[in-house]
Amino acid sequence: MKVTMRVNGAEKSGDVEPRVLLVDFLRSNLLLTGTHIGCDTTSCGACTVLLDGEPVKSCTLLAVQVDGREIKTVEGIAQGANLAPIQIGFHEEHGLQCGFCTPGMMLVGEALLQRNPNPTDDEIRWAISGNICRCTGYMNIVKAVQHAAKLQAQAANAPEAKQPAMAGGGE
Amino acid sequence: MFPAAFDYRSPSTLDEALGVLAERGDDAKVMAGGQSLIPLLKLRFSQPQLILDIGRLPGLAEIKREDGHIRIGALVRHVDVERSAELAKHLPLMVEAVHWIADPLVRNRGTVVGSVCHADPSGDWGSIMLALNAELVAQSKSGERVIPIDGFFQGPFTTGLRPDEVATAIRIPLPTGPSGGSYHKLERKVGDFATVAVSVQLELDGRKVKKAGIGLTSVGATNLKAKQAEAGLAGRELTDDVIAEAARRAASFAEPKDDIRGTAAYKKDIVRVFVQRGLKAALARAQEVKA
Repeated sequence: MKVTMRVNGAEKSGDVEPRVLLVDFLRSNLLLTGTHIGCDTTSCGACTVLLDGEPVKSCTLLAVQVDGREIKTVEGIAQGANLAPIQIGFHEEHGLQCGFCTPGMMLVGEALLQRNPNPTDDEIRWAISGNICRCTGYMNIVKAVQHAAKLQAQAANAPEAKQPAMAGGGE
Repeated sequence: MFPAAFDYRSPSTLDEALGVLAERGDDAKVMAGGQSLIPLLKLRFSQPQLILDIGRLPGLAEIKREDGHIRIGALVRHVDVERSAELAKHLPLMVEAVHWIADPLVRNRGTVVGSVCHADPSGDWGSIMLALNAELVAQSKSGERVIPIDGFFQGPFTTGLRPDEVATAIRIPLPTGPSGGSYHKLERKVGDFATVAVSVQLELDGRKVKKAGIGLTSVGATNLKAKQAEAGLAGRELTDDVIAEAARRAASFAEPKDDIRGTAAYKKDIVRVFVQRGLKAALARAQEVKA
């Protein structure tokens, strides 16, 4: 079956069997391998993508189900040459170690900040409760999302400045 | 993991969907959000010849009030319940319970009606709907049929829906007096199935119980409605003794099995404790809320 979707802002299509999962379509057909396959059983969240802005598990979606819809993967987070606030947050707060869960964690964090720009630690913990990290632990991931929230708030309060805090990762 | 091959239809009208079911209902599986079905397809526990995806049917994603009921369309997702002011006001039990279902990402896709029709004895919505005395609205080429939730679950993953039918909504009667509910769930971690869960809904008439609903999760071949316990509450004032007796009845009615989550005896006792806590919590809430 022919499927067409917008992925990270660009229209992409492919010819797939109905049983092809979205995660496999992204990784194998579009070669977007930033979306990971972890448990493959709807538990771990490594395969998280944003579907029309909401985080979902792409191992539990058929590619044909999202025909005509909008997908964002980790490859679509950066803002041109600049890292996005959520990426800077993970960098600054050491929100990752092996990095396997990170694409999912960042997408969940970004979607949360869209809905709730000033979340409590508790709200962040609830938001990432469908995503499993097996090495860094969750403390720094929560801090990373808080860091991104602060950067976004600063950017919103200083619209004239050319995103000073977001220009790069390290100092 | 790939599912076994299947045909896929994603009609844009209900009529077309019903046509497909009239012809191929025996070979077909209806899919809404797919959050229970796709994992089963991948593990090849389920290998239908045809997946009928109702995700593109119009008009099924609404929560609305109609003649004494709240109607929840077949495409209303768990997250929609989480955000519904209407449900928070009239059926807060649902909004409390939804946070216990799966995880936030699954809640962005999975549907209430899909979950009920999946009929997993460990599913949460089934026992909640039993406590709320809901009814399914099923459609087929031969018309519409309303199926009471009591009796809908016939066995594990088996319901009273016919192969040519699709559930288009679930209807929940609106409380007519002060009411309150509660959902208690014991789970090992977020996203896990319940070791035991208990849903309670109470409607009061003064100090006495007008209606009581008690649903049990993960302690039988289906979600269970603890009718003996419910019957013991009607018309009574909820003293500690009355509550303890209902809890004992519910526990003895439950039929849990030993498994990795606990022994049958342990689960029965959790039922007793949760019914007790649930009734007290529901009572306190009903007394706060003036309908």
